[in-house]
Amino acid sequence: MNGMKHIIMSAVVACFAQTAVAERADGDAERGENVYKKCSSCHKVGDGARNRVGPQLNLLFQRPAGSIEGYKYSNSMLRAGADGLVWDYTSLDTYLENPKSLISKTRMNFRGLKDADDRADVMAYLRQFSDNPANIPEASPTFVGTDHSVDPEILALQGDPEYGEYLSSECVSCHQIDGADTGIPSITNWPTEDFVVAMHAYKDEKRIHPVMQMMAGRLSAEEIAGLAAYFEKVGE
Amino acid sequence: MKLNRRNFIGSAAAVSATLSAPMVMAGSHGKPKVVVIGGGAGGATVARYLAKDSKGAIDVTLVEPTRNYYTCFFSNLYIGGFREFSSIGHTYGKLAAEYGINVIHDWAIGVDRDAKTVTLAGGGTLPYDRLVLSPGIDFKEGAVPGWDVSAQQKMPHAYKAGSQTQLLKAQLEAMPQGGTFAMVAPPNPFRCPPGPYERVSMVAHHLKTNNPTGKILVLDPKPKFSKQALFQEGWTNHYDGMIDWVGPDFGGDKVEVRPDAMEVVIDGEVTKVDVCNVIPAMKAGKIAEIAGVTNEAGWAPVHAATMATKADENIHVLGDSSAQGDMPKSGFAANSQAKVAAMAIRGALTGSKVFPAKFTNTCWSLIDTDDGIKVGASYEATDEKIAKTDGFISKTGEDAALRKATYEESVGWYDGITSDMFG
Ligand SMILES: Cc1cc2nc3c(=O)[nH]c(=O)nc-3n(C[C@H](O)[C@H](O)[C@H](O)COP(=O)(O)OP(=O)(O)OC[C@H]3O[C@@H](n4cnc5c(N)ncnc54)[C@H](O)[C@@H]3O)c2cc1C
Ligand code: HEC
Ligand code: HEC
Repeated sequence: MNGMKHIIMSAVVACFAQTAVAERADGDAERGENVYKKCSSCHKVGDGARNRVGPQLNLLFQRPAGSIEGYKYSNSMLRAGADGLVWDYTSLDTYLENPKSLISKTRMNFRGLKDADDRADVMAYLRQFSDNPANIPEASPTFVGTDHSVDPEILALQGDPEYGEYLSSECVSCHQIDGADTGIPSITNWPTEDFVVAMHAYKDEKRIHPVMQMMAGRLSAEEIAGLAAYFEKVGE
Repeated sequence: MKLNRRNFIGSAAAVSATLSAPMVMAGSHGKPKVVVIGGGAGGATVARYLAKDSKGAIDVTLVEPTRNYYTCFFSNLYIGGFREFSSIGHTYGKLAAEYGINVIHDWAIGVDRDAKTVTLAGGGTLPYDRLVLSPGIDFKEGAVPGWDVSAQQKMPHAYKAGSQTQLLKAQLEAMPQGGTFAMVAPPNPFRCPPGPYERVSMVAHHLKTNNPTGKILVLDPKPKFSKQALFQEGWTNHYDGMIDWVGPDFGGDKVEVRPDAMEVVIDGEVTKVDVCNVIPAMKAGKIAEIAGVTNEAGWAPVHAATMATKADENIHVLGDSSAQGDMPKSGFAANSQAKVAAMAIRGALTGSKVFPAKFTNTCWSLIDTDDGIKVGASYEATDEKIAKTDGFISKTGEDAALRKATYEESVGWYDGITSDMFG
């Protein structure tokens, strides 16, 4: 019970921290330049910046995800963009905290910035390379929520793969059981944690997609755990 | 392959006898037997899940006359030039070889509910413990004055996929410049509610590039139709002025056709057309009626939790033929219902665990290149019917990237559902 309370408490704190970030007109851009060193091996920003391992990050704010011409994004990033994800304070904060919680199959192999100040500062730094930095609109209305982290008690649930197998029959009309990903992403052989986080992001409507929000919306945490356990091992 | 066999159960006998040698039933090991009639979206899925999940504990026989099943889903995309014909054809090889299903290419022509046997056109008899019917649809006689199945070479329905679909596409391609393509749309309820309107879009797509002065005339007995706002927005955006939709206010419900003269008569007024796609009113596949499980409206009422018919607990009806409640008649729905039925049948015959029934449906439609839309819902079983619990629909004014992603999803779904049906 104590643990539970702690989680709720820290969630509340996280929410306040979040608002604080959003309201702080600019984090510390100078400190941010230093944080940006963690990104610069993959991303260029500034005059004449070109795509490297990652896309160039000029004019990032209000840019739709996955929209730099000529850069080869992961399908997941392209889909997120098509579904309406736009980079702003809120979405960047989530992505930079834990890239795979927002876009589970993103090619950005970066652990994330756990420290909220680091994130605010690096965003302040990047904002200097956006148009009209003083006047950035509010978060896009389609993007709900800020934090995709799932209650540790949910993550700790041991799923029953047999139950998962039964439930999976609903999924495999769209997601191919052999792992092929033509048009619809593959969901086989994922680490269970990523799977659970992705499903709860749809369930809580933090990730935008009408089909998946509907599918996940009626699954209980136990059912999601069962599916994760089943799909992790399928075909092995 | 002559498709009109599909519509004449009676005359099928002669043809089928040459198609498949009389089947010797696999020796009974006292295993429970399930016979499935119809190897489409519902039938192929239920057979595969029964065989797969019972791991040999149930003897599964699938009766389907055609060796190549052409999906109605994506058949409109073939008409529009987005798919090859061969890409919508599927065979039963894996179901037989990998899942041990006894696949019999023949017509079922009789059901003896007391003896629990099915009679085949080729002369065989199949005993069953449970019978599953998923025979799709047949057309109501006299639904469109002037049309019956003998006219389907002149005025195709193309609402069972295969040679009818090829014929309609050939007629469209042969249409004179500036000619008229007419469609007589069906009344509710019918297979694939957005199907006729996706077809109109695909015909328009073909005309736009090949016959830009061509016209489309849609004669509709219904005052409104599925995804109407989305289709009409798309038609204005992509095919402005090409499509004339005539609802019941303007005689869309008073249509007669004259196949020999290639004329349609709308509320007494005669119009000459170049192609005429007649999609008549529908009812359950004939074998459901022969089995005596249909109601006055021509569909088979079922219990939602098991898909067993209200008339006979040992007979289940899936897909288009069933009267189940809120689900549309779609391939997705038939596939979803099949999994619920397979679980219930397995539970009854082998004592395996039965979980609460859940159903889903999503229907995608293509309006023009990379302009896809969708509508979907989830459902649960109540005592009374399959009841809708939640749903969504694409919105008008969506941007091009989302519409493209939606189309790409439908391509993924096609691969997913066909491998879920055929292995
Ligand atoms: C133009 C068009 C577009 C469509 N698009 C979509 C779509 O995008 N998405 C979607 O989900 N659905 C779509 N549908 C609907 C979908 O095709 C049907 O709802 C689905 O096929 C129904 O499955 P079923 O098992 O009831 O029947 P079917 O799939 O039609 O299968 C019936 C089978 O039974 C066999 N049969 C019939 N009588 C007998 C008998 N006496 N003995 C033995 N075998 C018999 C037939 O040969 C046939 O193979 C579309 C339909 C059309 C016409
Ligand atoms: C190891 C290389 C790597 C590191 C380090 C890295 N990224 Fe990325 N980043 C990528 C790749 C690759 C992509 C493309 C992701 C995809 O398509 O899924 C990407 C995508 C992005 C995007 C989305 C851009 C768009 O146009 O959609 C943003 C924003 C981003 N990174 C910011 C950062 C920031 C800020 C940091 C540092 C805190 C960082 N990244 C660290 C590789 C990296
Ligand atoms: C009607 C088709 C459909 C069904 C049924 C469906 N999904 Fe999905 N799923 C999709 C689509 C489309 C996406 C991509 C959504 C997006 O862009 O976020 C997706 C995405 C996902 C993702 C995230 C993939 C990624 O790369 O980030 C997971 C996990 C997932 N689905 C699991 C499931 C599970 C589990 C089920 C069954 C309970 C299921 N899906 C049923 C269509 C479907």
